[in-house]
Amino acid sequence: MTPLPLEPAIDRRTFLRVSALAGGGLLLAPVLEPLDRALAAAGAGATGATALGEFIRIAADGTVTIVAKNPEIGQGVKTMLPMLIAEELDADWASVKVEQAPSDPTRFGDQFAGGSRATPGNWDGMRRVGAAGRHLLIAAAAATWNVPESECSAAASTVTHGPSGRKLGYGKLAAKAATLPPPDLQSLTLKDPKDYTLVGTPRAGVDTPAIVTGRPLYGIDVRLPGMLYAVFEKCPVFGGKVVSANLDVVKAQPGVRQAFVVKGGAELNGLLDGVAVVAESWWAAKSAREKLEVRWDEGPAAEVSSEGLAKRAAELAGATPTRSLRKDGDVAKALAGAAKTVKASYAYPFLSHATLEPQNCTARFDGGKLELWSTTQTPQPGRELVARTLGMDGKDITIHLVRAGGGFGRRLSNDYMAEAAWIAKQVPGTPVKLLWTREDDMRHDFYRPAGFHHLEAGLDAAGRLLAWRDHFVTFGEGERFAPSAGIQPTEFPSRFVPNFELGASVFPPLVPTGALRAPGSNGLAFVFQSFLDELAGAAGKDPVRFRLDLLGEPRVVSEPDGKAAYDAGRMRAVLERVAERSGWGRRTLASGTGLGVAFHYSHLGYFAEVVEASVVADAVKVNKVWVVGDIGSTIINPLHAENEAQGAALEGLSHAMAQAITIDRGRAQQSNFPEYELLRHAQAPPVDVEFLKTDHAPTGLGEPALPPVIPALCNAIFAASGKRVRSLPLSREGLRWG
Amino acid sequence: MKYTLSVNGKSMTADVSADTPLLWVLRDALGLTGTKYGCGVAACGACTVHLDGHAVRSCQVPVASVARQKVTTIEGLSRDGTHPLQRAWRELDVPQCGYCQAGQLMAAAALLAKTPQPSDAQIDEAMSGNLCRCATYLRIRAGIQRAAQLMATGAPKPSGVSQGSGGGR
Repeated sequence: MTPLPLEPAIDRRTFLRVSALAGGGLLLAPVLEPLDRALAAAGAGATGATALGEFIRIAADGTVTIVAKNPEIGQGVKTMLPMLIAEELDADWASVKVEQAPSDPTRFGDQFAGGSRATPGNWDGMRRVGAAGRHLLIAAAAATWNVPESECSAAASTVTHGPSGRKLGYGKLAAKAATLPPPDLQSLTLKDPKDYTLVGTPRAGVDTPAIVTGRPLYGIDVRLPGMLYAVFEKCPVFGGKVVSANLDVVKAQPGVRQAFVVKGGAELNGLLDGVAVVAESWWAAKSAREKLEVRWDEGPAAEVSSEGLAKRAAELAGATPTRSLRKDGDVAKALAGAAKTVKASYAYPFLSHATLEPQNCTARFDGGKLELWSTTQTPQPGRELVARTLGMDGKDITIHLVRAGGGFGRRLSNDYMAEAAWIAKQVPGTPVKLLWTREDDMRHDFYRPAGFHHLEAGLDAAGRLLAWRDHFVTFGEGERFAPSAGIQPTEFPSRFVPNFELGASVFPPLVPTGALRAPGSNGLAFVFQSFLDELAGAAGKDPVRFRLDLLGEPRVVSEPDGKAAYDAGRMRAVLERVAERSGWGRRTLASGTGLGVAFHYSHLGYFAEVVEASVVADAVKVNKVWVVGDIGSTIINPLHAENEAQGAALEGLSHAMAQAITIDRGRAQQSNFPEYELLRHAQAPPVDVEFLKTDHAPTGLGEPALPPVIPALCNAIFAASGKRVRSLPLSREGLRWG
Repeated sequence: MKYTLSVNGKSMTADVSADTPLLWVLRDALGLTGTKYGCGVAACGACTVHLDGHAVRSCQVPVASVARQKVTTIEGLSRDGTHPLQRAWRELDVPQCGYCQAGQLMAAAALLAKTPQPSDAQIDEAMSGNLCRCATYLRIRAGIQRAAQLMATGAPKPSGVSQGSGGGR
């Protein structure tokens, strides 16, 4: 299809919206604004298909093409968002074709993959786009038959006139529909969910047929005529600079076309110093790189080690927190008067994302314009980074969104895009595919930050939690936390304990950190839900009972301004349900086998999980995991939702058992899967998943199912063996998979 | 050096250095990008292909050692995507990101060719070298079991997506 004529000028409202995207803040209203414009752009395309706005095209044969706007990283969004449109459009899903949108916020609104935001951010807008299409098609049919619209209805890509039984397929109506005035998106009536025929039914992913036959799909699969291949060597020490390199030797290697030193900047998530090798094949580039000798100025990060960071964290733990994040009641007094007090210190390590598809990007620079094929989760910030790095105008950069072999937050950073763009600019007119090795990928990640918590709590004589104090030692500088190293003052059990203190001490890690699936939560849930288990034990209470008592009566707890709402009733319900499904307190378990429970709220989702584990000497076997979640009224695609929740739980087990990135002399010590182990087939237990459907708008699933499984596992290990794990991974606590 | 290989029943020629792993010959010289690079050290299984019917890690097979062995890749697992495993994968919607699935399918196909009704332990053993970062292991197991069932019952064509809650329980 030929792009529809659109005013390219950026008006003030658009500018504000783009700013909001760059800052990560997202609201529904700004999403709808470009949708209104997109809808107004209906018209006939050059291919003969008729466009109803930017998202829908209908061919004369009735084929409906729906554009999927967001990057697909395995979260199923390329299927899910078009399902929302197709439902309200009353399109016959079997005849729907889904097409990936390029990056273009003026046409498609916000386009990103992160924060489990696709569902809450698009649930309303995408359905309205579909409803607008249906409205136009019904209006076209009514006009054709000269009957009232109210006598017409739509189903399976066909409009029917009730009284006469006449029918017209969408293919016959599309051209006329495109000439009609578009309706106001906000005034459209959406379907009653009980009438859904597509949303809420299990649907295979639209790319699954291509995946199982090996058709080209991913960033790494991009092939262009005359394409060259590149590798890029950066300093193994984060942020190190190139002093010199034996480029002549590298250039003399077979197949090498170019080798050059890249002078980068200081932004760890931008273009860094390094040496690029461009060759006729990737193997030739990689082989030539093995002859490369670089003298590096390793810079200040060369002094950094995991031991040193832990030592500094311990020093800070001994002092008063440098920042007070929250103080409720009087913790000191409550602890002094408590019937029982419990103290414990917890720690978790750096983690790598380890997407199975290493970072890559294909770029072509020609005539002052740049074209990129990228697996980025954040195309618009990617465009801005590349424009800044190359001194270009963002409008001269075209970004094709290509399916990613996993994201997990790694592709929120666009360092590899800047590298590919820079390299392509050195060979104008020739496309170049930059592909990192696995070792590059693991050594140059934005790691889930390590963290250290020093906790103290007090119980009254009845075993109620009276006081809670956490001194969180983490990364940052001054008043700023390093990326994903922070905590909200409202993080549970904040607001559920009458005397509560949360303080933080920060220090700069000189290690790049970033968001990993369920950022923040993936460490905090382990600490808080494990410590709550210790407190339940000290109180002599059952761990589920203790947690229900802590949650209290069903109610919504929020800040005075109404923000940071936490629905105790929703959490109680998932906790009670997971206890029921797992047979909590109702089953006799063999000696050496135990159940552990945990819950966590993140990314608008309420999840409670139970793990059954057996421990024999140092061997841990997870027998089963139960997951119960509340992400609102509708599970849009239950076939994918179950898969994703199971994957989240298994990923959590993977984090817990063996994963840690350690730093020595400013370098990540792990560089490939033998040193950074993922869960394997034989270690994957059955995962039972249930969603409680509640009267709330649907929210995202990419992240919130992950955090609870880690403390649930640790609590199960305690129940099975009496061993309390306060530091991850388990493999460093003398445990292994059995 | 020029190497002539038998790939998916066709004779194909690649002009590459002798140490080039089969993986990169397939992907970059022959344009068969279904086989994936994940680790380069035979630790993830994303590059699994068949050599004379045996599952191998193509990142560890220098092109010079392939000789006359028949290479089968995901593109050649079936002529038209109807291998029982491919049908089962579509029916249960096994993939999430999907990047590892070519390797999973090739490992599973080698297993089923030898052991048409594998036990859980046999599945674990045959598949233990194939990582899935999204952890679709439960669907993969269900997919292998479903494919075994399709093979045993004369493989009636599955009619689209299952209406149940999918595999993996």
